[in-house]
Amino acid sequence: MRSTKLVEEVTVNLLRTAATTLPDDVLEALRRAEREETSEIARTQLRTVLENVESAERLSLPMCQDTGMPLFFVTGRCLPHLEEGIRRGVSRATAEIPLRPNAVHPLTRHNPGDNLGKGMPFLHYHQTDDDFTEITVMPKGAGSENMTTLAMLTPSQGLKGVKAFVVESVVKAGANPCPPTIVGVGIGGSADEALLLSKQAVLRRLDDENHDPALAALEFDLKDALNLLGIGPMGLGGSTTVLAVKVETAFTHTASLPVGITLQCWAARRASARIAKDGSVTYSREGFL
Amino acid sequence: MKLKTPLSEKDVRDLRLGDDVILDGIIYTGRDEMHMRALEYAHEGRKLPYDLQGGAVFHTGPIMKKDSGKWKVLAAGPTTSSRMNSMEPEFIQHFGVRAIIGKGGMSRPTVQAMERFGCVYLAFTGGAAVLAAEGISDVKGAEWLDLGMPEAMWALEAKGFGPLTVAIDAHGNSLYANLDKKVQENMAQVRKRLGI
Repeated sequence: MRSTKLVEEVTVNLLRTAATTLPDDVLEALRRAEREETSEIARTQLRTVLENVESAERLSLPMCQDTGMPLFFVTGRCLPHLEEGIRRGVSRATAEIPLRPNAVHPLTRHNPGDNLGKGMPFLHYHQTDDDFTEITVMPKGAGSENMTTLAMLTPSQGLKGVKAFVVESVVKAGANPCPPTIVGVGIGGSADEALLLSKQAVLRRLDDENHDPALAALEFDLKDALNLLGIGPMGLGGSTTVLAVKVETAFTHTASLPVGITLQCWAARRASARIAKDGSVTYSREGFL
Repeated sequence: MKLKTPLSEKDVRDLRLGDDVILDGIIYTGRDEMHMRALEYAHEGRKLPYDLQGGAVFHTGPIMKKDSGKWKVLAAGPTTSSRMNSMEPEFIQHFGVRAIIGKGGMSRPTVQAMERFGCVYLAFTGGAAVLAAEGISDVKGAEWLDLGMPEAMWALEAKGFGPLTVAIDAHGNSLYANLDKKVQENMAQVRKRLGI
């Protein structure tokens, strides 16, 4: 039971950090955008965003009223009662921070008020041989999540098809996902794996570089091209439509080319913690390298 | 410019695309469920808990907290307005709303309803929920709480609420529609950059 209590505590801390503050790499990207934007309306939008983030951190309040769906990504050593600890943490965080009670039954729309329900919160676990357990939370707002896309391309459509689908998805999303966004692209796997990869892609630090040089070039080209669209902050025009593009891949079926796209709003909230074997905890808002 | 609710037809007809607005007075929150129920009431000939004539409806699902029996707004940024696209033209026509506050813009039928009945769309920066809450001085009431905190209809007293941008005016113009055209023009450049 002790590990349940520990995970509950870590979950509350992670959700508070994520809801009320932005990682340094995201803040830096927003500040740079504000300096470089030439459109007056775009600069006003970005200034409002930055002032809002400052106020949220100072008052320890959620920066956005949509505190999202709590998505958990866990890697490393298996901890007993992990899921129960996370569930208790989500419920406590909802009351304490507070988070908006977002979780509802999909058809009746009944809202139990504690962000818990069947399949909620979402938990993805990947076991490794590490001697610690790493928990990352991504509170995912619906404005951007509702713009998620999936394409089952044919192999002959290839890289050009992937690029065209990324552009099409960002154009269709327009102002809705609260740009400037982070574009996560998952290529390969099965349909669900492509979408999972696209989620994991937006968890990467904005200032990191893809370990695969070909993908690093693709990320750079897509970012450059998408910022020529002119959608801009909040879709009111400008040269900052995306803050970053991150691409992840997996082997796929010889007859398939799945592409999943996750858009993350400017409020790209995330926080990570590592729980060591002895129960000691280290936190990182930016994510562990 | 400063405006106070309830708004007159002249107040909103005088506004032009891109104008900055700071709002005072009561504003009502309303998103998916509130729109659905309000239109149900209208079809059944029932009265809403509040008279929305000349009112401003804010597309938001706020985070509220009850402190010693009194509601307080903690965070209340705009939600995606396009989810209300199918309901808004009738809503504007039936209830005489003069301003919709939201983010992301709305589709052609709503732009047309705004032109016909005298209503504007005021954009607030998406996600700027703490700044928005700082522009709310009091919570005047809460109705339809059975819909849940985000979906209920809250009556909020705005004081210096903004900055809001007139993104759809009462003359059939929309910043979003103008921008869509520009984006389509920019596509050639984007395709060339990516070799597609």
